[in-house]
Amino acid sequence: MSAFFSTDTAAFLAGALGRTLWMTIIGCTLGLLLGAGLALLRRTQLRALAPLRLLALLHVEGFRRVPFLVILMFVLFFVQAVAPDLSLLGIATLAVTLTASAYLAEIVGAGLDAVPRPQVESAQVLGLSWWDRLVRVVLPQAWGVILPPAAAFMVMFVKDTALASQLGVVELAFSAKILVNKGVSPLLGYGAVLLLYAGISWPLGRAARLLEKRLGAHRHR
Amino acid sequence: MAHIDIVDLVAGYGGSTILNGVSFSAGRGEVVALIGPSGSGKSTVLRVAIGLTPASGGTISIDGTPVDYARPAAVAALRRRMGIVFQQYNLFQNMTVIDNLVLAPVRTLGVPPAQAAARAHDLLARVGLADKAGSYPDQLSGGQQQRVAIARALAMQPDILLLDEVTAALDPERVGEVLETIRALADTGITMLIVSHEMGFVREIASQVVMMDAGRVVETGPPAAMFDAPTQPRTAAFMKAILRH
Repeated sequence: MSAFFSTDTAAFLAGALGRTLWMTIIGCTLGLLLGAGLALLRRTQLRALAPLRLLALLHVEGFRRVPFLVILMFVLFFVQAVAPDLSLLGIATLAVTLTASAYLAEIVGAGLDAVPRPQVESAQVLGLSWWDRLVRVVLPQAWGVILPPAAAFMVMFVKDTALASQLGVVELAFSAKILVNKGVSPLLGYGAVLLLYAGISWPLGRAARLLEKRLGAHRHR
Repeated sequence: MAHIDIVDLVAGYGGSTILNGVSFSAGRGEVVALIGPSGSGKSTVLRVAIGLTPASGGTISIDGTPVDYARPAAVAALRRRMGIVFQQYNLFQNMTVIDNLVLAPVRTLGVPPAQAAARAHDLLARVGLADKAGSYPDQLSGGQQQRVAIARALAMQPDILLLDEVTAALDPERVGEVLETIRALADTGITMLIVSHEMGFVREIASQVVMMDAGRVVETGPPAAMFDAPTQPRTAAFMKAILRH
């Protein structure tokens, strides 16, 4: 028990916290980019893109219907076959990216669909390119619809990254187990981790709520 | 030669036919009004003309040259000279009035921003909204938004303007200001196709009236003849029903 209050333990927990944040922030950010790409792809009309649209559909529907733990294992075995040098943290982050992209594609898609179709048609008949329509007309209006649920999803996903412990990634949940195995009292070990989870979820959740309020209040600018 | 010549236009969604062989033409500077009951295909004619709804048959020619709607470049070229104003204004809600007017000329036509802004201010003055340049669309009344939408279409300097029931969504007391704007436009020599239920206005402004029903043209003629002495019973019945109130 005396071993708990030491710089070694602090460094160990800090490292675990860092890995949890890394998986969440890097994974969800990449997932947002990939998800936005998927959402846009699914809303194209070009006949030539039909096979890609089907793939996007399978990706979005597939990854949302499989438990995250199963995706973790799937990615682990797939990556170990093609890129054996990738770290466990890298593998877990990839799994987060793939899962987040499927959910965020739906959130981004709902935002895109919230922009009235006639406004898009107006942009079209004014000759604006696909890119100009997206960047100047659609995204500025979709943004406020996308951000709050996207942020909420990210906050929720902090907790799901605990499953990466099953791969052997020493993130927060796993670090508690290791500490307890080393003889630290479970109350202290899990208690510390509980506080750390709450410590990151709470400010993230508040930031998301603030964002939501702000975007709701000022539709312009 | 007709400025815009529509021949045997056929269009539909899925299994249902919306246009079943529509033909009429408009000379340069002419104002042609499409009238008829709801669902007769008037708005679809305009949507097909500007390439928003595909036709399954027939041709639309501008200055005698048929438009190939399957070619994106041809549609892009068409949209540089043809504008449309919708019933619901459809202004870009995330931009000020002036930005709504400047965006397309700058991005589509490559007009220098300062020049586009100067022209936009002129147009706003023309529709009586010089003081609203910095407002957002949701700060304007319906009539004001519709006048901005007309100015936005004019900012592209089209020589053909399509107006799709532009007063239908407005409060009755706002209809007049929009009609006044269109009336002033008609005198500038721009060719207009107007879908409208404002029969008094149609009679006053149109040089030709096209009566449509069930995806076909029932009758075409100058307003006086169409309103006072229609030759087709369907036109007579429609006029009777609509002029009763």
